[in-house]
Amino acid sequence: MTHRYFPHTPEDIEAMLATCGVKSLDDLYSDVPEQLLLGREYNLPEEMSEKEVRDFFKALASGNKALTCFAGAGYYDHYTPAVVPAILSRSEFLTAYTPYQPEISQGTLQYIFEYQSMMASLTGLDVSNASMYDGATATAEAMMMMVAAARKRNRVLVSSTLLPQVMDVVKTYASYHGITLDIIPEFDGVTSIDDLKSMLAADVAGVILPTPNKYGILEDFSGVADAIHANKSLLAMNCVASALGVIKTPGEWGADIAAGDAQSLGMPLNFGGPYLGFLCCKKALIRKLPGRIVGATVDEAGQRSFVLTLQAREQHIRREKATSNICSNQGLMSLFVSVYLSLLGPAGLKEVNDVSCKGARYLAAKLVSTGKVKLTFGDRPFLNEFAVTTEFDTATLMERCLECGILPGVALDDHTMLIAVTEMRTRAEIDRLIEIVTTL
Amino acid sequence: MNREYYGKLIFEHSHPNRRGYKLPKCEYNDVDIEIPASLLRSSAPLLPEADELTVVRHYTNMSANNFGVDTGFYPLGSCTMKYNPKINEEIAADNSVAPLHPFQPTDTVQGALEAYHTLQSYLSEIGGMAEFTLNPYAGAHGELTGLMIIKAYHRRNGDTGRINVIVPDSAHGTNPASAAVAGFNIIEVKSRPDGTVDVEDLKPLLNDTIAAVMMTNPNTLGIFEKNIPEIARLAHEAGALMYYDGANLNPMLGVARPGDMGFDVMHINLHKTFSTPHGGGGPGAGPVGVRAGMEHLLPNPRVVKNADGAYSLICADDSMGRISGTLGNFTVILRALAYILSLGRSGLAIAGKLATLNANYIKECLRDLYLLPIDTVCKHEFVFDGLADKSTGVTTLNVAKRLLDYGFHAPTIYFPLLFHESLMIEPTETESKETIDRFIEVMRGIAIEAKENPDIVKQAPHNTPVRHPDDTKAALNPIVTYQELIENA
Repeated sequence: MTHRYFPHTPEDIEAMLATCGVKSLDDLYSDVPEQLLLGREYNLPEEMSEKEVRDFFKALASGNKALTCFAGAGYYDHYTPAVVPAILSRSEFLTAYTPYQPEISQGTLQYIFEYQSMMASLTGLDVSNASMYDGATATAEAMMMMVAAARKRNRVLVSSTLLPQVMDVVKTYASYHGITLDIIPEFDGVTSIDDLKSMLAADVAGVILPTPNKYGILEDFSGVADAIHANKSLLAMNCVASALGVIKTPGEWGADIAAGDAQSLGMPLNFGGPYLGFLCCKKALIRKLPGRIVGATVDEAGQRSFVLTLQAREQHIRREKATSNICSNQGLMSLFVSVYLSLLGPAGLKEVNDVSCKGARYLAAKLVSTGKVKLTFGDRPFLNEFAVTTEFDTATLMERCLECGILPGVALDDHTMLIAVTEMRTRAEIDRLIEIVTTL
Repeated sequence: MNREYYGKLIFEHSHPNRRGYKLPKCEYNDVDIEIPASLLRSSAPLLPEADELTVVRHYTNMSANNFGVDTGFYPLGSCTMKYNPKINEEIAADNSVAPLHPFQPTDTVQGALEAYHTLQSYLSEIGGMAEFTLNPYAGAHGELTGLMIIKAYHRRNGDTGRINVIVPDSAHGTNPASAAVAGFNIIEVKSRPDGTVDVEDLKPLLNDTIAAVMMTNPNTLGIFEKNIPEIARLAHEAGALMYYDGANLNPMLGVARPGDMGFDVMHINLHKTFSTPHGGGGPGAGPVGVRAGMEHLLPNPRVVKNADGAYSLICADDSMGRISGTLGNFTVILRALAYILSLGRSGLAIAGKLATLNANYIKECLRDLYLLPIDTVCKHEFVFDGLADKSTGVTTLNVAKRLLDYGFHAPTIYFPLLFHESLMIEPTETESKETIDRFIEVMRGIAIEAKENPDIVKQAPHNTPVRHPDDTKAALNPIVTYQELIENA
């Protein structure tokens, strides 16, 4: 019965049972009604050695195909500097719990503080929490935050140009939380601003708009925040974190809240996670901001230190009065963001975006020149992702590309493909994709 | 602690024109960016500029001011801080998983889907449920998902009057919060003096407005709710469903299954019971299981195994909806699967029992010096109501801080809310008798210090990198970014 993770020898168990005044381990379960006892081992495999575990996963890996990735739709194949996983694997960070004891958790508290500082600056807003799960849930929380802040208003407008998976999660939360969600129609790839303005009724708590949007387009929201604020509603923007290094920020657009996924800050795609949702806002809304927040203070000796602060907002205090239930978030991934952005700095983040953008423009122009595709939304501005309308079936393109080890993008329908380029894609890889399109 | 580095922020190590990266070279210098300036940010973000070694040294020194399970004993109640095996980290860091895009065609990710589906089915066996989803990203997210499933279940039955959820007063704070976010009202049911739910108090609360009874078993006092079969029967008779908060599943491993206890929906915290690292507050995972007949309500997309043995994703209209952008925190899922395989059925059969043994042993060894409000066999954890001798003025907070001086993490304090001085201890099964004996010795020593030299306990901690950070100051004038720190300097 000895196992490598369990230090108990039979003698230990016997001595400890004696102290507890019982004869067997089962006696410690005498309060469990007999009809509930499983009375058998689980129908699961036998204990594996470390080698067998390795072999098991190696066998599984053969069922996966690594592809040259032109897919995006919210998740991008950016470069991960070697330093980041090295720091994240430090077990003082990895195996810690939420920093409830600040005296022995300054490491965690300090990187969260750094993360908050970086995200606030990236979004152009004042404050950030310690992270949310992912971009979709962060955006849903932004919606609930706007409704909580507005008190008696219960309607939220959301642009139809939000990423579909974000839209679906927002709809789910709205449906159960009792929020009325109205979809602002899109026109030619962008939010219809006229419709948005006409939908600003007295019961609208807030509006959610994306940048870039689900087609990779950078929409022009000039004057939109003013119109929303004139209606005493709030503006939340869903964004791609990496892009915020160069594009106009939610703060500059006049937004009150920014939410989105930080996967684009070099996080491996990892078939869906872990990523990180960010949620930032103006300082005036800080008491409506869900989740954990780290603040600076001083200790007894006057030295700077960091603590979890404004905890009265949190679920474990508010219980049934809570407007968010978030507890654990993506702690370690906020360390990922801090380390990544420390390495890249403002210049590196700009370079990531510039190279990605140039690669995307190069690919877009070459694709159009094949005569077989056109840009779905003409000359709408985009950063590193764009939609093309194809004369061939997107399924055919997908099939041919997969044969060549290329993931050409995310098919939006039978004749529309969403294609993303990052600094990871070489010119040769891009040329290969173009070559395949030429043959279709 | 390295004083040279303590407390400095990475921003304060920054120097203009330093860099810690080298990107692939740009092969498109002939291409213009062509984005109107009105769509670009007007100034660069405030980010550090640092070389690689400066960054590495900064974060390495920060890690030295942190305490994890790998550092020492972490008896944090309700958090199940067990050892996080290194093989699981190796599996999670596998280079073949890193490049997989979440929207890649399913025939190119059959291995990933098989891992997902395998854990799904293992958890179903462990939970006594029909099917699990691994989509939820954390325990609280799982609770929310589970409650939405319950709401969807009643909605599909046209039973829209079920607007209330019953939650015991000893429940984790996330329970009422999750119910509120899912759009339910919360009705609290009282605990009896023995710490379990009062069935007599529950009976009159059960009616056709109740959507679910939400329970943790064992509860947050570490006590098994032995009336659970009757509670489940009463709830079901009233048309309500039973929700199992799996935060305390660990001691039940190999012993009894929530499905067999009468629960209809449950979540599991993989970062507790299945040993994935807590990461300073995530990423976790909160898989949700349902009993037979409710599978169609699980969130979209579902991973299913086809008759031909291939795996695919399905999205159903009658699902509760989509709860996450992706299929969950995938590398957390891989770690939990590696853990289950490493333990195997024989390891799982003993894990919970050893956790329970460790907890009872500590309880028995300290009960003369700490107040044990409910004297009964516990499961994975138990709660003291502070020191037995109340004359010293030494509080639970003081005891917790004094433990830090002795190289232990503190237990959970001031929770559950049933007692004024709650001190909630959960040792887990991966701690040796020697470690636990040393903890007991220290706890006894603190109780004696409290009598003989109370100030040394009241002023603790004495040996930590920082001492008594001022919470009040932090909350009165919240400074939550470096920018604010500069402005307030």
